Amino acid sequence: MNKTKQNKIIDKCFGFLGIAATLFGLIMLLVFIIDVLSDGLGRINWSFFTSFPSRKPEQAGILSAWVGSVWTMFITAMIALPLGIGAGIHLEEYARKSRLTNFIEINIANLAGVPSVIYGLLGLGLFVRYLQLDRSVLAGGFTLALLILPVIILSTREALRAVPFSMREASYAVGATKWQTVRYQVLPAAFGNILTGIILAMSRAVGETAPLITIGALTYIAFLPQSPIYFSSGFPYLHFSLKGLFDPFTVLPIQIFNWVSRPQKGFFTNAAAGIIVLLGLTLIMNTLAIILRHHHQKKIRW
Amino acid sequence: MVNPTFRITGLDAFYGNKHVLKNINIDILPNAVTALIGPSGCGKSTFIRSLNRINDLILTFRREGKVCYHNQDIYAKDVDVVELRRRVGMVFQKPNPFPKSIYDNIAYCLKVHGIKDKDKIDATVESSLKKAALWDEVKNSLRQNALTLSGGQQQRLCIARTLAVEPEVILFDEPCSSLDPISTAKIEELIHQLKQSYTLIIVTHNMQQAARVSDFAGFFLLGELIEFDKTDKIFTAPKDKRTEDYITGRFG
Ligand SMILES: Nc1ncnc2c1ncn2[C@@H]1O[C@H](COP(=O)(O)OP(=O)(O)OP(=O)(O)O)[C@@H](O)[C@H]1O
Ligand SMILES: [Mg+2]
Repeated sequence: MNKTKQNKIIDKCFGFLGIAATLFGLIMLLVFIIDVLSDGLGRINWSFFTSFPSRKPEQAGILSAWVGSVWTMFITAMIALPLGIGAGIHLEEYARKSRLTNFIEINIANLAGVPSVIYGLLGLGLFVRYLQLDRSVLAGGFTLALLILPVIILSTREALRAVPFSMREASYAVGATKWQTVRYQVLPAAFGNILTGIILAMSRAVGETAPLITIGALTYIAFLPQSPIYFSSGFPYLHFSLKGLFDPFTVLPIQIFNWVSRPQKGFFTNAAAGIIVLLGLTLIMNTLAIILRHHHQKKIRW
Repeated sequence: MVNPTFRITGLDAFYGNKHVLKNINIDILPNAVTALIGPSGCGKSTFIRSLNRINDLILTFRREGKVCYHNQDIYAKDVDVVELRRRVGMVFQKPNPFPKSIYDNIAYCLKVHGIKDKDKIDATVESSLKKAALWDEVKNSLRQNALTLSGGQQQRLCIARTLAVEPEVILFDEPCSSLDPISTAKIEELIHQLKQSYTLIIVTHNMQQAARVSDFAGFFLLGELIEFDKTDKIFTAPKDKRTEDYITGRFG
């Protein structure tokens, strides 16, 4: 009798500790968000998005930062998605289990845990110096692509692995080839989870600062990379250009980092506003990922 | 003597180090139903799954000995496994429809073989669903997701899917284990009809079913083929004591 009572008390204690641990994280986050909101919300207006950084805090904006972020994200996605998904499909569906594939698998898992500064150093050596891309948006996009590549490979594989074996059997049994099975059965079934992984990886990339600072992304930029599509008054009116890829750039987190390190109070407010924009962006991406996952789970039950 | 569809000689099968089929020798005759019976875990599924090489997908699976299909060793190097599986269809123990519409489940099987003609696909969807005794229940909901069907309906869809490919052989792995008596009767009737043009192998735990539908029957026990003969012989005058014990229900 005494024993059960004691167990009940222990049970209660653990329950309480668990709640406390959960609340701790939530409360810290809440405090942080409220703090940032109260500091920066008032600063967010249209001109904040359409102005270049400036020496005067009231006139400074995040135009070059968010445009740079969009550029790098686009390049990152163009590189990391096909490579990552392709590698994931190969490793999960095609590669025979061997010592080599084992070795590769372990290393990909390790790569996903390498600190992002190291990727910055790799980018600096490989893209900026060796390939002479300089501190361009292209070098930045490539570096972030390398950074999230292992994450995308891993999440793609996980998504493929979640597709039941019986479905592959069913497809092979009616005489489908491996490619048909992967293309028409496995990939569609895994699509939602793959997409979720991609969005989470991208939302990580959008907030990365260290590797881009390492490759030398500028902290003060008052122009935009040349737009890939632009108009002119003379023939042929519409132009395409990839020159912008080689222009220097900055991104949101670097702009924030730059403002935080300034002494004036006004820049502090700007930093808070920038953080709100960045937070909002990652929040939207994560919500999208959750909605997709949920939607996918509802659509496919096995 | 007709040429056997399958001639299996000295077949041994392993999962890793586990020896699950031991020296199986058997001839499967065309236009006949061969039933395989035996207690759970004796290797019946493993046996029929090695006839269309679907077990190749299991990484630990390994086999020795010969499986000849129309005198061609299906485990030989130059064999086109995709073509083999098209000609040797299979209905699995657990229903495994694709998470697509009923229509697309069947249409997919035709598309993988390059059939794109919409009218032909429509006609095959209807005819194979009719053969599998499912048409009346689903004809108004062909666009419905197949996973919303009941277990028995799913299994009949899987049978329809197999028929749509028009194989020469159909391997049934306990096709009726999740069916009610009415659909079971329909499937048995179907098997009876299919016999005219197909070679059928059916694994079943139901002795009456084996006796009703099959022409030949084989009794497996712990990975060995104990006895193989005409069905009426197996059920009326088995040679082996263990076969007799099993079919009369005196066995574990
Ligand atoms: N993928 C696998 N890996 C390892 N062992 C397996 C695998 N599949 C089957 N086995 C083993 O092989 C033996 C034969 O299995 P099999 O599925 O062929 O039996 P079965 O006669 O079809 O049984 P049931 O009537 O229950 O379906 C069993 O001992 C089983 O545990
Ligand atoms: Mg079985």
